[in-house]
Amino acid sequence: MPLQTPPLRGLHDERGAKFTEFGGWDMPVEFDSIRSEHAAVREAVGIFDVSHMGQIHVTGPDATELMQRLTTNDVARLAVGDSQYAAITDEDGVIIDDTVVYRLPDETAEGANDEAGGEPTYLFVPNAGTDESTHERWITYRNEWGLEATVDNRTDEYAMFAVQGPDAAELVDEATAESITELDRFEAQYATVDGVDCWIARTGYTGEDGFELIVPWSAAEHVWSLFDCQPCGLGARDTLRIEAGLLLAGQDFDRESDPRTPYEAGIGFTVALETEFVGRDALAELEREGVEEKLVGFQLIDRGVPRHGYDITNTDSRVIGTVTSGTMSPSLEQPIGLGYVPVEYAEPGTTLQVVVRGQSKKARVETTPFIDTV
Amino acid sequence: MSFEIPDDRRYLESHEWALEDDGTVRVGISDFAQDELGDVVFVELPDEGDALNQEEEFGVVESIKAVSDLYAPVSGEVTAVNADLFDAPELVNDDPFGDGWMLEIDADDASELEALLTAAEYEEQIA
Repeated sequence: MPLQTPPLRGLHDERGAKFTEFGGWDMPVEFDSIRSEHAAVREAVGIFDVSHMGQIHVTGPDATELMQRLTTNDVARLAVGDSQYAAITDEDGVIIDDTVVYRLPDETAEGANDEAGGEPTYLFVPNAGTDESTHERWITYRNEWGLEATVDNRTDEYAMFAVQGPDAAELVDEATAESITELDRFEAQYATVDGVDCWIARTGYTGEDGFELIVPWSAAEHVWSLFDCQPCGLGARDTLRIEAGLLLAGQDFDRESDPRTPYEAGIGFTVALETEFVGRDALAELEREGVEEKLVGFQLIDRGVPRHGYDITNTDSRVIGTVTSGTMSPSLEQPIGLGYVPVEYAEPGTTLQVVVRGQSKKARVETTPFIDTV
Repeated sequence: MSFEIPDDRRYLESHEWALEDDGTVRVGISDFAQDELGDVVFVELPDEGDALNQEEEFGVVESIKAVSDLYAPVSGEVTAVNADLFDAPELVNDDPFGDGWMLEIDADDASELEALLTAAEYEEQIA
């Protein structure tokens, strides 16, 4: 299957980016160096092209119910301009994907914004390469439940940029006609960037303040070029999110190879058991009984770098878990990682070992996030 | 993008360089290799006195994003390792052909180097 290319592939190439395949997309992994891109986001501001993320648009009289029944969080709590982090789970409560659900201004059937009387409208962002299966899931359940809602996969219509870092608000505010500095975390609004209508949310995946912009694909290059700051690739995105203790789909959970529930993955806060959704009963039971394993953060005390797939052992060298994510933290200059271990080993301060190329390296369970976050 | 490829030394297809001086062979990785790896954060090297065979794996270089094995360009005994790299692995990025060197081997037979790539041949390989 040919790789999908983001609208800015050519521009990134000219800028000297290195590319990598991610979720079926040919994405920039590094523009200058992971270390300098990472530092820009922690200390100032950087911009990421995250156009590989999916965009699914849901509108209609039953849009709220459809969203409510297919995501774990309480969609009914979202007013226009709110958003929430949520998991998409199967009947067993296993995470299929994680996503952010935005409530857009109500829309009429014609798609135009109509404050006088449109229908509830949502945009949510499934992970790279999952937009088609997610779209199909929404259609299937909509039909099965007989709900009235239009579900559009708009992944190919929108680019998505993340402007992240302590100086992000200033930079984004300069670029928009409307002021966006009043937005709280997880709030969003439409704003125009040099005449281009963008959906701008105060969200991100770095642990820093920042904004994500959903931009019409045709205007992507123009909008990108208006942000004069460090371009950042998926490499820095990964080190930043690991430091912030944020999950990566397909790595920190994977429905097929490492099925995990939100409680195991440490995102129980996304589960609104008082609502009705696919997986709710299984999760209610798990919530009562408690989980056997949990995702923990750890730091290697010995020299070495933890990587996805490495074994975690107890101090008797018995394998008790697996590293799901790991890196040399550019901010802490320490090797850190995430992995699942039995709950009796999950207490911060617990000594573990990570097997790096056959050698046991001492590690210590740490609280996450590893750094101070917004 | 063009990379430095000094022609005073030989190269392995796996991107190590070997610079011989009076039977002692200094080893490191190329400018191209360090650029491909990106920020080097960790280097694992053998101990002084270890014996290596040509093309034997002698260590590992890790960047933030990748892990890469290192291969010996000649057979012989390790006489020195660059301990500066343990605290400052970024030397591999900053000066791959100089301060970022990794080890020195007292070659059993320095003519083994002749089987390796010349600078021109290596340049062709990475083109």
